[in-house]
Amino acid sequence: MKGLISFIVGLLFALGLGLSGMTQTHVVKGFLDVFGNWNLNLMGVMIGAIAVHSIVYHLIKKKESPLFDSKFHLPTKKDLDGRLITGAAIFGLGWGWAGICPGPGIVSLVSGDLNIVVFILSMAVSMYAFKFYEEKFLK
Amino acid sequence: MTAALIGGAIIGVAVSLMLVFNGRVTGISGIVSGVLSPRKNDISWRILFLLGLLSGGVLLRFIQPEAFQNASNNMGLIDYAVAGLLVGFGTLLGNGCTSGHGVCGISRLSVRSIIATIVFITFGVLSVFIFKTLRGGV
Repeated sequence: MKGLISFIVGLLFALGLGLSGMTQTHVVKGFLDVFGNWNLNLMGVMIGAIAVHSIVYHLIKKKESPLFDSKFHLPTKKDLDGRLITGAAIFGLGWGWAGICPGPGIVSLVSGDLNIVVFILSMAVSMYAFKFYEEKFLK
Repeated sequence: MTAALIGGAIIGVAVSLMLVFNGRVTGISGIVSGVLSPRKNDISWRILFLLGLLSGGVLLRFIQPEAFQNASNNMGLIDYAVAGLLVGFGTLLGNGCTSGHGVCGISRLSVRSIIATIVFITFGVLSVFIFKTLRGGV
């Protein structure tokens, strides 16, 4: 059942991204183009998503466990370390450069666009490289 | 902004289902990372989620074909490759991307996620500014 839920979540997530404009790189870059032709529309995606999810989170946060698992798997880290800030900064540079973040990148693979395929392969290689770096230097 | 709000609300429903039923954060970079270096009994839900994303993409091609039309003309393959490297490394180092920090974390009022989101949007703005300065357009 967990698998079925995951599949449905993925499907809905992709529809939300597509309908909102997140899969179009020029729309995303327009949102980040604060000093140029700033297109604030994408703010709606975050407002809509956070409005719904924060209400649901508030309603269920006192529950002992989710419906299909024995416990919640939520992040427990609280520290604001250099790793968080540096990582977010590096991610932001890549996100702005191409106008693609991981979710829309994966959804856009179905367009068959070679640019997107290269982006996702490159992202996967980089994730492997990170794991190597983490083993060697961060542990 | 209506389309963005509706799309956002659908994303909100999706990540809420994931939390209520499976007790998981819908963070795409984390889910992908868990597929690339899997742990025991922790991979099938991730694969099914990614298959869901792709199926949603196929559905979009029918109901919203313009979702895959891009008007960025100043990009070469090398730009996508470099951006992919930055996104892959940055999201794992910072433990999340737009979905995990920007939607799920902010909804839980996680201070880490709020800070991360401010930082990646700021650097996204900076990146677009540099890109436009060098290339003359988005």
